[in-house]
Amino acid sequence: MSEPPGGLIPRARGLHPPALSPDYRTTVLRSPRLAPISFSSTPSEETGPVFGHDLIGETDADLINNFGPGNAIGERIIVMGTLRDETGRPVPDALIEVWQANAGGRYRHAKDGYLAPLDPGFGGCGRCMTDAEGAFAFRTVRPGPYPWPNGVNDWRPAHIHFSVFGHAFGQRLVTQMYFEGDPHIPLCPIVRSIPDPAAIDRLTARLDMAATIPMDARAWRFDITLRGRRATPFEGRP
Amino acid sequence: MSPCAAAARPRSRGGHEESASQTAGPYVHIGLAPNAAGIPMFGGRDFGAAMIAGDPAGPRIVLTCRVLDGTGAPLRDAMLEIWQADAEGHIPPRDPGLAGWARRACDAETGLWRLETVRPGPVAGQAPHITVMIFARGINLALHTRIYFEGEEANAADPLLNRIDPPERRATLMAQPGADGGWHLDIRLQGVDETVFLDV
Repeated sequence: MSEPPGGLIPRARGLHPPALSPDYRTTVLRSPRLAPISFSSTPSEETGPVFGHDLIGETDADLINNFGPGNAIGERIIVMGTLRDETGRPVPDALIEVWQANAGGRYRHAKDGYLAPLDPGFGGCGRCMTDAEGAFAFRTVRPGPYPWPNGVNDWRPAHIHFSVFGHAFGQRLVTQMYFEGDPHIPLCPIVRSIPDPAAIDRLTARLDMAATIPMDARAWRFDITLRGRRATPFEGRP
Repeated sequence: MSPCAAAARPRSRGGHEESASQTAGPYVHIGLAPNAAGIPMFGGRDFGAAMIAGDPAGPRIVLTCRVLDGTGAPLRDAMLEIWQADAEGHIPPRDPGLAGWARRACDAETGLWRLETVRPGPVAGQAPHITVMIFARGINLALHTRIYFEGEEANAADPLLNRIDPPERRATLMAQPGADGGWHLDIRLQGVDETVFLDV
């Protein structure tokens, strides 16, 4: 029998955007108004689906070349980082999936009517697993900013959507990565739904010249932290 | 910073505060179920597309649900993930025929979400239930809830259901049997029958 997993540390709700964030208008009709019911985690939340490295194809994490004829148009970038939990432990063998607009700011989605053209060589999604130290990397093109129907003239900062599985379903996180220096970050109602400026800063990737590949791609570092779990009574024993 | 503002800041957890959540946006399907969204990716395989991976033990059920906004309109852009025990109540499932996890987009026209699965067994003193996460545009942090089964005897002793007060709200988590043998639940984000959401 396997070891019982450690219980989940309560989610730090103050770090997350409140459900009702009226400047992001869609939340007005989609936010619960009653308090959530608090309950200590049970096996239903402390376990989660397991994904294997064998599920990931060779080019899945290369958004420049994982769709159609490939060779996607735009600034070539590497996005890399480490996945940890809030106790500081790296999270190995975790599934990370990403999706994004192309370099012109257009998604490959039937309902995206923005006038920027689709890129036949860019699908807009990728996936990878973290390694034994919790590290991950994608290669892609820098997505463009785009206008969206919220206020009269709202634009999203360039961003990449991230979906992360830890080792417990209760650690599930979907978030977005922004790019250091983008003037749209402080203007965006979705970004501003996050109450804590430090938490916004942690969603902002940093240019990492040490990982940049000369004459090819710039690198951006984006570290992600998941909700933590208590150590099991068996952890650390020989 | 004023003392009040300082007190309102989230407490530090050793320098490793959880990354903030952001909405999955309107196009979550192209990222997490691209083949279902008509984008041929990853050799045609979307994760979570098949809950039934073989011939699992236990009664097969078809589960449908809709997520309704504050006007009662179904969310047609939502993506729901579920995690459940096998028929023997093991989570993660030990039954090789059951994945335990599924990810599926709501229908783009009707908002209906549909899944063929197995009715889970009771887990560690809890009544049979399915764990649900809801992702959609306008949902800043995935909404976490559960689906129980109306008429299940074990519901009366379920510790989480018993935590819900007033007791009438427990009904918001109860899938109802349909005439076709399937089970259905409407998840209401707001209003007099607002679904109970969880902080677990």
